[in-house]
Amino acid sequence: MLQPLVSLDGLTVAFNGVKVLDGISLSVGRGEAVGLVGESGSGKSVTWLAALGLLPKTSAVSGSVKLEGTEILGASPSTMDRVRGGRVAMIFQDPASALNPVLTIRRQVGESLALHRGLSGAAIHAEARRLLDLVGIPDAERRLSAYPHEFSGGQNQRIMIAMALAGNPDLLIADEPTTALDATIQAQILELIRRVRRETGMAIVLISHDLGVVAENCDRVAVMYAGRVVEEAPSAELFDDPRHPYAHGLIGSLPPIDGPRRRLTAIAGTVPDPKAMPQGCAFAPRCVHAAALCGTKPPRLRAVGENRRVACVIDQPVRATDIIGQAAE
Amino acid sequence: MTAPLLSVDRLVRTYRMRAGMFGRPREVCAVDGVTLKINRGETLGLVGESGSGKSTTGRLVLGLENPDAGSVAFNGRRLPAMDTTEWRASRARMQMIFQDPLGALDRRLPIAAQVREPLDIHAVGDEALRTARVEELMRSVRLSDDVGQRYPHELSGGQRQRAVLARALATKPDFLVCDEPVSALDVSIQAQVVNLLIDLQAELDLTMLFISHDLRVVRQISRRVAVMYLGRVVELGSADDLFVSPQHPYTRALVSASPTPGARRGERIVLSGDPPNPAAKPAGCAFHPRCPSAFARCRTDAPALVEVAPDRSVACHLTGPESHATVALGAVA
Repeated sequence: MLQPLVSLDGLTVAFNGVKVLDGISLSVGRGEAVGLVGESGSGKSVTWLAALGLLPKTSAVSGSVKLEGTEILGASPSTMDRVRGGRVAMIFQDPASALNPVLTIRRQVGESLALHRGLSGAAIHAEARRLLDLVGIPDAERRLSAYPHEFSGGQNQRIMIAMALAGNPDLLIADEPTTALDATIQAQILELIRRVRRETGMAIVLISHDLGVVAENCDRVAVMYAGRVVEEAPSAELFDDPRHPYAHGLIGSLPPIDGPRRRLTAIAGTVPDPKAMPQGCAFAPRCVHAAALCGTKPPRLRAVGENRRVACVIDQPVRATDIIGQAAE
Repeated sequence: MTAPLLSVDRLVRTYRMRAGMFGRPREVCAVDGVTLKINRGETLGLVGESGSGKSTTGRLVLGLENPDAGSVAFNGRRLPAMDTTEWRASRARMQMIFQDPLGALDRRLPIAAQVREPLDIHAVGDEALRTARVEELMRSVRLSDDVGQRYPHELSGGQRQRAVLARALATKPDFLVCDEPVSALDVSIQAQVVNLLIDLQAELDLTMLFISHDLRVVRQISRRVAVMYLGRVVELGSADDLFVSPQHPYTRALVSASPTPGARRGERIVLSGDPPNPAAKPAGCAFHPRCPSAFARCRTDAPALVEVAPDRSVACHLTGPESHATVALGAVA
């Protein structure tokens, strides 16, 4: 098999001795679009902050993060400076707070260009203009000298994408890039990301709580729960036939937009507190299929079929029809 | 047909705001002639993007703000003016639930005390009855008794929103305005609260105005849905077929922008242009600068909301009564 672009292996993170990420193994191929879904606190964002060395020093990170076979976890700050922005770029949910309010767009986009591409002077200006054009900011020439507050939320996110693209990254980590935006603007930004990927062949990791966004934009999806990956599958297969009871519940929780209205299959209870994690499967206390075995030790992520992995001891895959209608309150 | 429980007639609400410290004050029309009717026991969904005026409409309907024009009638009677004794008494029958339950709860009071508060304020029954009512309310929102002794920060997001709901239901209101009640919750918890709202509505014969930007949640919970754009209702219809066959170009774009797991039907409509700015509303139809089928008339005349089919009203020149001649034109343009 081809060497993956980035591969995480047994990535574990603890804050003050509390484990929040427990052995994440995940790989992203060249040009691939991988989705990461899960509820708040499941560790979606922490996974990538840890991988890129962006967590505070008080956190304990272990495991392995390889970029084209080279270990980057714990690499020197100068190495990481070249990786971040140059090889792997990241954009966040709130573009307004990620941009510096007192610097013009030219300065901010130019900074990445100088740092990662070694450009200077007129070359920066020309390239910054090209990038703004690329992300669909109208009248790019004039708006280079504008400040972030002069742009709308959607335009600021476009500028963030332009900055991320400045270093010609091989991978873009987009952490809830459209969550703060209105529906029609979200559609514009997702369309932009798709177009940029078509043109540059860049890989993407799309972190989102929105199953629909992930399903439409990713080839492969990993579902996270309480700091672990519980299921990984090609998008279409996951949504048609989720195997892990949590993935199942998550998809059942989504109200349909057409067809008959059915009662939502809410998952009973709440996400466990990382300080008081159940001994066995973290999902067992909320699982309608939980058996005695589930309480003993956390299930390993194991291969099911061709290209799917699931972390559940139940062998017989749960079928959609079993759970729908069996509303757990 | 019975009279609607709530009827809102051509409501207008304008705010004055300044652009910058020295800017000239401008009028921003947040709600621009909204007319709605909600029958007893019915849920009306109100969808739209930020700045569409849906929350302002919710506040006007409850009398939390006074409209600049138009009127709200509740149970056939005009809503009393704000801060009068009658208005305060009417609060017991109309309640509101907001997006952020932590902000709506008092951090220094245990949950049970907060659920009890409306009963004390409106002097409902005696001591024993109030205590019994609090227990009943906690049960009805599926919260266990021990939650009542806890403080808001000790609860999960879903539990907090249930507590807010219990408090809102304390005085047995007829009418509930829910403003993005599940938007801050995770999907699985969102489903719990949505199911609970549907159950309670059926049990208590509640009438609801359910405001949300999430089409799926609105469809799940509402019988009829109104779509707002820049202060106006642009389309109104039954929840079952509004999103299946949207008529207004904005509703069409909105439905198409809602991401769906599984196969996508039809082409995605990606609107060009920025999100609408209520402070700089375009002339004519407010949607025309972003509308893929806009033609000359859209730039000058604002279309009225007219019934185009049973249980469906649309505010668009392309679907209006005198529009048959212009439909073809619009398609060409």
